[in-house]
Amino acid sequence: METERLQRAIADAGREGRRLEIRGGGSKRAIGAPRDDAAILDTSACRGILAYDPAELVVTVGAGTPLVEVEQLLADNGQMLAFEPFDHGPIFGEPEGKATIGGVVAAGVSGSRRLSAGAARDHLLGFRAISGRGEAFVGGAKVVKNVTGYDLPKVMAGSWGRLALLTELSLKVLPAPRERASLMLEGLTDAEAIGTLSRALGGDCDIAAAAHFPQGTARADAVTLMRLEGFGPSVEARLAALTQDYGGAVLRGEEERALWEKLKTLEPLADGALLWRIVVPPSLGWRVPKGLDGFARRWLYDWGGGLIWLTASDPEAPVRRVAESVGGHAMLVRAAPDVRTFVDTFHPEAPAVAALSRRVAAGFDPAGVFASARFAGGADAH
Amino acid sequence: MATGPALANSAPPRDAIVAAMRDILPADGVVDDAAGLRSYESDGLTAYRQVPLVAVLPETTAQVAAILRWCHARGVKVVPRGSGTSLSGGALPLADGVLLVLSKMRAILDIDYANRVAVLQPGIANLAVTQAVEAEGFYYAPDPSSQIICSIGGNVAENSGGVHCLKYGITTNNVLGVELVLMDGETVRLGGTLLEQQGLDLLGLIVGSEGLLGIVTEVTVRILPKPQTARALLLGFATIEHASQFVADVISGGIIPAGMEMMDRPAIHAAEAFVGRGYPLDVEALVIAELDGPAVECQHLVDEVAAIAGRNHAVSTRVSHSEEERLSFWAGRKAAFPAVGRLAPDYYCMDGTIPRHRLAEVLQRIAALSSEYGLGVANVFHAGDGNLHPLILYDANRPGELERAEEFGADILRLCVEVGGVLTGEHGVGVEKRDLMPVMFTQTDLDHQQRVKCAFDPELLLNPGKVFPTLRRCAELGRVHVHGGRLAFPDIPRF
Ligand SMILES: Cc1cc2nc3c(=O)[nH]c(=O)nc-3n(C[C@H](O)[C@H](O)[C@H](O)COP(=O)(O)OP(=O)(O)OC[C@H]3O[C@@H](n4cnc5c(N)ncnc54)[C@H](O)[C@@H]3O)c2cc1C
Repeated sequence: METERLQRAIADAGREGRRLEIRGGGSKRAIGAPRDDAAILDTSACRGILAYDPAELVVTVGAGTPLVEVEQLLADNGQMLAFEPFDHGPIFGEPEGKATIGGVVAAGVSGSRRLSAGAARDHLLGFRAISGRGEAFVGGAKVVKNVTGYDLPKVMAGSWGRLALLTELSLKVLPAPRERASLMLEGLTDAEAIGTLSRALGGDCDIAAAAHFPQGTARADAVTLMRLEGFGPSVEARLAALTQDYGGAVLRGEEERALWEKLKTLEPLADGALLWRIVVPPSLGWRVPKGLDGFARRWLYDWGGGLIWLTASDPEAPVRRVAESVGGHAMLVRAAPDVRTFVDTFHPEAPAVAALSRRVAAGFDPAGVFASARFAGGADAH
Repeated sequence: MATGPALANSAPPRDAIVAAMRDILPADGVVDDAAGLRSYESDGLTAYRQVPLVAVLPETTAQVAAILRWCHARGVKVVPRGSGTSLSGGALPLADGVLLVLSKMRAILDIDYANRVAVLQPGIANLAVTQAVEAEGFYYAPDPSSQIICSIGGNVAENSGGVHCLKYGITTNNVLGVELVLMDGETVRLGGTLLEQQGLDLLGLIVGSEGLLGIVTEVTVRILPKPQTARALLLGFATIEHASQFVADVISGGIIPAGMEMMDRPAIHAAEAFVGRGYPLDVEALVIAELDGPAVECQHLVDEVAAIAGRNHAVSTRVSHSEEERLSFWAGRKAAFPAVGRLAPDYYCMDGTIPRHRLAEVLQRIAALSSEYGLGVANVFHAGDGNLHPLILYDANRPGELERAEEFGADILRLCVEVGGVLTGEHGVGVEKRDLMPVMFTQTDLDHQQRVKCAFDPELLLNPGKVFPTLRRCAELGRVHVHGGRLAFPDIPRF
């Protein structure tokens, strides 16, 4: 059957020294150095919902299942993927709908709620996969609590297809909140906004997501958002408490959703060719655009300041140096093909960590079937 | 690297090892007298005992690195130990190995409230973290019942859970970074005060690796603001079926309680006899459901949960109206292990997870096994996430009873896997469940896991004998295809 066909394809490639690039919906194919040395290994055959019992909080799906299909199924049952994954299509000027669940997890795509609910890696409970050895294997399990053996789901999530082809995923799901609303503050500078968010996140209002849109990005004025989710009376009580401390206006419904949606489509950053994704200690987020001075064009903050999406004017902008200076790292998400050939996608790792990662990767894929020129550095250096 | 140090099978004599450790550590950092060593001979799984060759208690990362470097160069095995509360024998010493005890490294290195993290040395007790931050309104969420003693390093190694992990996650969801010393003495940092790492998630592999991949010398954890209030319900049910349907209905009703615990009749009776907090005694199942958040949220959810309990034929319902009352509901549950311990000279705690909807059936089959083996059993259950703790009662002084208890336990774990669950939900594999791993994983699955071990510790010197049923040599596991005379990754050392 399908698994055997894929196993053979991978084993053959290993024997013959060929390389394969795993592709789900292709919504992120413009990330990484352009390459032509690899044949495409399509996951679309691994499609479908394999098991779902809402009361067990687990859904098992084929890796090639479109994200929208999974999200629809969960929504119909009042549940959700709490890490708030999203489709990269719009970031590259393409329509939504292509992203697959396997691609989203393999790329570790976590949205605004990552701040409070954990990342993709925290929700992958188990998987079936075919390693670069052409061998089918499993990791983790299909129950929400398990510590049997190494936690391989963690290393598969965010591995960008460099270890194994995921064929089946078991994901933790959670009830969707019954209500949501956001408190909006206007006119704050980056430093004021991040300071306010840090303070509020240290309070007991259980903020689900916290973002800041500088002046001229979401609206003419700067907009700072704190999202509250949960049961009606609780959301109202927490909104009241936050409003008392910080003032601001309450947003609900379409207007509220539309603002958060901008952190998925990155529409305010659409016109910048060079798009970076920078992760830093949240309270220091505001220093990054400042440190980049004239090189930074526009930027948005998510995760209370811990995630910055930023467009730069010049491929030579010292984004990585500035990110490092506050203890963070930067990933190049969008750039012209020629830039992507000379700027690594991922932030370089410390040599000892890079060596360790290469050894771990070689355990799964000794012949380098999934190693590629696409991501230089890290686990792929060869 | 055809011959690693481990393959040179002439480990130095004991005296030489002790002398080398004395060179690295201050006098009180090396324990080699018989009486001193005996206190380390077992961890929380007391049926297994072994006195280590020597115990060492470093105070700094540099000392840890020096110890490992020396041992690595000479092929000496090392077993890490935190507070020694592992229930799976994870910290069981080796007769020919150095026991590396982290209990002297117990400082809090940094508390960063703006970023809501604390940076800790590994030996600090879990509860001490919460105590250090609670004045500012924060706490550390994972709360194993052993939290007064167990160390953060041990929590990382075992990926420990607690009664609140249904809502707040287990250790792995609350750790953002570690400093790790590899067996060859190299120190690496993984993660930090960041919500995401780039590159392979090695941090995710370290958490739950049971001391086999490296010595954790520093941990960065998330601290959370304390919820405004917490309320609990104490619910009795006439049947296990009613109780499990109640749990399922709460969750499919969109409510994730902060904790949801269940006890069966023997556990209820034992707990009530021990702490006497008025648990109902005429029920087959008792559920404690805790809700937290703003007062209005708690009130709202208490009402919803009580209504769901009513629909599922709860025969007794109590709702806490004060902090004191809430804690009294928990008192029996928190004392359940020692309480059950009074029913027999010894008890053996199991830790499988099952899909929750199979609970009634699994408990029936455990009861059948109980009469088959002639050993009593009481069940305590993290009901929200399906993590079952059957406590098998036995008397180690009666010949053959320990072995029978172990076989009974193994049957329970096989049953957990058979119904779609797992061997261990939070206590780890250790030596205890090592030989059961093939029940859950094929050899190919296990090989993929063991190659991770080989990437970190190719000579298999760190905590050998735990987790893997058969320790295959890394050279054998690492065999690669060579094509056209060309190796991929020519710069990667082969093992
Ligand atoms: C009464 C009781 C109740 C318990 N309740 C719970 C519970 O509710 N939930 C739960 O999950 N567990 C529970 N446990 C199990 C146990 O407390 C946990 O597994 C705990 O995390 C072990 O911590 P420790 O410091 O005692 O580690 P140890 O027992 O010393 O070691 C455990 C493992 O970690 C390794 N290790 C320790 N420190 C390090 C380090 N710094 N670097 C690398 N490896 C290291 C050891 O080699 C060993 O494999 C309970 C145990 C007892 C005795």
